[in-house]
Amino acid sequence: MATSTAPHRSYSQVPDPLGRFGDYGGRYVPETLSAALDELEQAYTEAAADPAFQQELDDLLCRFVGRETPLLFADRLTEYAGGARIYFKREDLSHTGAHKINNTLGQGLLALRMGKRRIIAETGAGQHGVATATACARFGLECVVYMGAEDVRRQAPNVRNMRLMGAEVRPVESGSRTLRDAINDAMRDWMGSVETSHYIIGSVVGPHPFPKIVRDFQSVIGRETVAQCERDLGRMPDMVVACVGGGSNAAGMFYPFVDVEGVRLVGVEAGGRSAQAGSHAASLSHGQPGVLHGSLSYVLQNPDGQTSDVHSVSAGLDYPGVGPEHAYWHDAGRVDYTSVTDAEALDAFDLVARKEGILPALETSHALAWTVREAASMPPEAVVVVCLSGRGDKDAAEIARLRGFSEELTHG
Amino acid sequence: MVDTAVDTPITKLTAALAARRQAGEVVVAPFLTAGDPDLDFTFQALKVAQQAGATLCELGVPYSDPIADGPVIQASYTRALNAGGTLEGVFGLAARASEQLTMPLVAMTSYSIIFRRGIDRFVGEAAAVGLTGLIVPDLPIEESSLLAKACRQADVALVRLVTPTTPPERAARIAAESTGFLYCVSVAGVTGERVSLPQQLKDRVRWLKEQTDVPILVGFGISRPEQVREVGDVADGVIVGSALVRHLEATSGDQRQTALASIAQHVGELVAAGRAG
Ligand SMILES: Cc1ncc(COP(=O)(O)O)c(C=O)c1O
Repeated sequence: MATSTAPHRSYSQVPDPLGRFGDYGGRYVPETLSAALDELEQAYTEAAADPAFQQELDDLLCRFVGRETPLLFADRLTEYAGGARIYFKREDLSHTGAHKINNTLGQGLLALRMGKRRIIAETGAGQHGVATATACARFGLECVVYMGAEDVRRQAPNVRNMRLMGAEVRPVESGSRTLRDAINDAMRDWMGSVETSHYIIGSVVGPHPFPKIVRDFQSVIGRETVAQCERDLGRMPDMVVACVGGGSNAAGMFYPFVDVEGVRLVGVEAGGRSAQAGSHAASLSHGQPGVLHGSLSYVLQNPDGQTSDVHSVSAGLDYPGVGPEHAYWHDAGRVDYTSVTDAEALDAFDLVARKEGILPALETSHALAWTVREAASMPPEAVVVVCLSGRGDKDAAEIARLRGFSEELTHG
Repeated sequence: MVDTAVDTPITKLTAALAARRQAGEVVVAPFLTAGDPDLDFTFQALKVAQQAGATLCELGVPYSDPIADGPVIQASYTRALNAGGTLEGVFGLAARASEQLTMPLVAMTSYSIIFRRGIDRFVGEAAAVGLTGLIVPDLPIEESSLLAKACRQADVALVRLVTPTTPPERAARIAAESTGFLYCVSVAGVTGERVSLPQQLKDRVRWLKEQTDVPILVGFGISRPEQVREVGDVADGVIVGSALVRHLEATSGDQRQTALASIAQHVGELVAAGRAG
């Protein structure tokens, strides 16, 4: 993992043709899937070079999703933190309430190009499931979503919404009954349906070319942010922060910034209850290189290579791996990765709800918690942008339960 | 077959396969999860499988996230891991079995486990405990050069897989690189019994035979004697997994002996079907 320390190194020229981000990435899957991944790679390469494809996607992102999403100055939160100026990139205002839709529309269009009319997806928080169900409804595709049984419970509103849009939600009872098990079952489905189905993976994880494709579709977040900073602030931010589950909102936000000098990039992982194995989901902070779900990256596993149990209060971050491009940025020192605990994330949820009138997703609340803390130690002219990856309606009932609010909401 | 004076892991495997083919029999290769319900049971199961006429055995190394496996093998891996299964334990079992049994053993393992152990270390340990080959179902040919090199140096077979979705050119390349034998996956999908095998399977195997000199074993979905006869017409043998692992679902107390007897009988029937032809 030797990295050069030359000052003007580029971090954006990855992956290579085998899907390598430095040492990470690649394609570790059963042979049954190889041909489909080759087909996907080719379809994507052709689509990326086809102006009509880009035009159609841009049009959907504008009229269907509501892009571009605003860059909002969070003035009361800034005042509270007492340091750098904090801005929110409002992905929560996207149709379906999170960044996930940027990817599902892109991949949905790819599925149409490949003539595949059945879509499989996994979901943790349910945001990717909802975004996939939405794309499928819009494009007239059949949709099957795998979701850990534990997540079905804690993200019930999203399960209902997927079903309302005609998707079939299959609860997964194996293993830890969370995101990792949902990915396993989605891949098993794909093993048997690969000739007629496309798997819309929900983050920058999985075998090549998924990490690249998802990163590219999500990069609209960072591209808009760069343009908005230039236009509205006349300068680049000093720091950009995003939460990291599989790492798609972070990759989409960071990628257009990685070759911009002087911008500090920070990914915030789920610190869970504690730094003890099994109590968190911070793969980059506490894991090591290993192979999971088709790619080589940082993973949480035991010395035998068995995947560890993980924990996070937020279903979307409750994953023992992370996208390979983050492993590359981590080792290269381009992005700093840190973590915040369940309790800190819950506090940040409350804070942002009351100071800014926004209920952020619990995933996003991790990035917010770290931002508020760090902004305090930065000068008032400094600018911090945090990716507000999603809205928190899906979490509101669970937070109320954890906070001991009664259903009839006695707190006025 | 190559005539070698030295006894290496791969020559043991190659010789066992060749002997069975020279006798005009279809190779039957059972798959068993190492350590379900415990390592001693697996040893006893290997022993009865050998007595029933198995040519070689595949030892499944339990893994937490086996995406190529259907519910039966997944559940078996989970039982083995919940019972405290470790790689150390699997290697110990392999050492005991290679010492006390004559049939060659091949490990079926996820690349996640090999990578974590360290490629050279894993292969060295596998060879030292008498494993004759490795099947790594989640390692496509593009990612396999380091493992292939380590296996070559240790004279351990690296068995490759071709599937119904593999395009011909790629299948030819995989077949040419496979050592020990070639694993022809019968269906596109995960492991598990199938009522019927695809129509084109025989044609695929005939075509593959022209691409390689190593024996071809067909696996995924095989459980019954008539399938052994059908596949044995064109292939060198069959691999039987989920159908046998099912016998491991009830193994507490005196169910142990029943389970062992079922495995022996099941393997025996498949072997007999492969002799009749
Ligand atoms: C709002 C929101 N943010 C972040 C995530 C984490 O995913 P990723 O790291 O891929 O952005 C999720 C996942 O469900 C999410 O719903």
